[in-house]
Amino acid sequence: MIKSELITRLAQEMHLSTQNAKVVVETIFDEIIQTLLEGGRVELRNFGIFSMRTRKSRMGRNPKTGEQVFVPEKRIPYFKAGKAIVNAINGKK
Amino acid sequence: MTEKVKTLVRSDIAEAIHQELGFSRSDAFKMIEKTFSIIAAELATRRSVKISGFASFEPYLKKERVGRNPKTGKEYPISQRTVLAFKPSPVLKKNKK
Repeated sequence: MIKSELITRLAQEMHLSTQNAKVVVETIFDEIIQTLLEGGRVELRNFGIFSMRTRKSRMGRNPKTGEQVFVPEKRIPYFKAGKAIVNAINGKK
Repeated sequence: MTEKVKTLVRSDIAEAIHQELGFSRSDAFKMIEKTFSIIAAELATRRSVKISGFASFEPYLKKERVGRNPKTGKEYPISQRTVLAFKPSPVLKKNKK
């Protein structure tokens, strides 16, 4: 499923115009993105938790030349799926 | 380290939708619930969900393997299961700090 299909389904099921459903979906993900970029976390009970995790800086290697390079610390978005969703994809109630 | 991080929850998103579109907060809340239940239902059928500009969620099968209780060293089989891969869009990888 892609975003436009999600918008269509939300519009049908909530009796919204496609335009409004689009703004709803975009607002949801914009809010999540903003929070994560500010270093915060997003908790959606039953669905999961989005957070940022820090990867330490390390010495890496250029695989082509074998040269050592410094890889700086970076922040990576992380998602931990909630119990309900883990059970659902495993066919459990 | 002890700096308090902001935690966004459904009602914060409902407030944003209320501000944006004028729907009541409770209607906005229902729309958010519906959005995530549509995504969850799709994932439950083991199909992936791609939200461009945000991330994609891809269910994949993990085979049965042998695990170990780290305390006792006893071996246990870990059953086959489906897990979710979360692949963030480059938008989320911007390094702010």
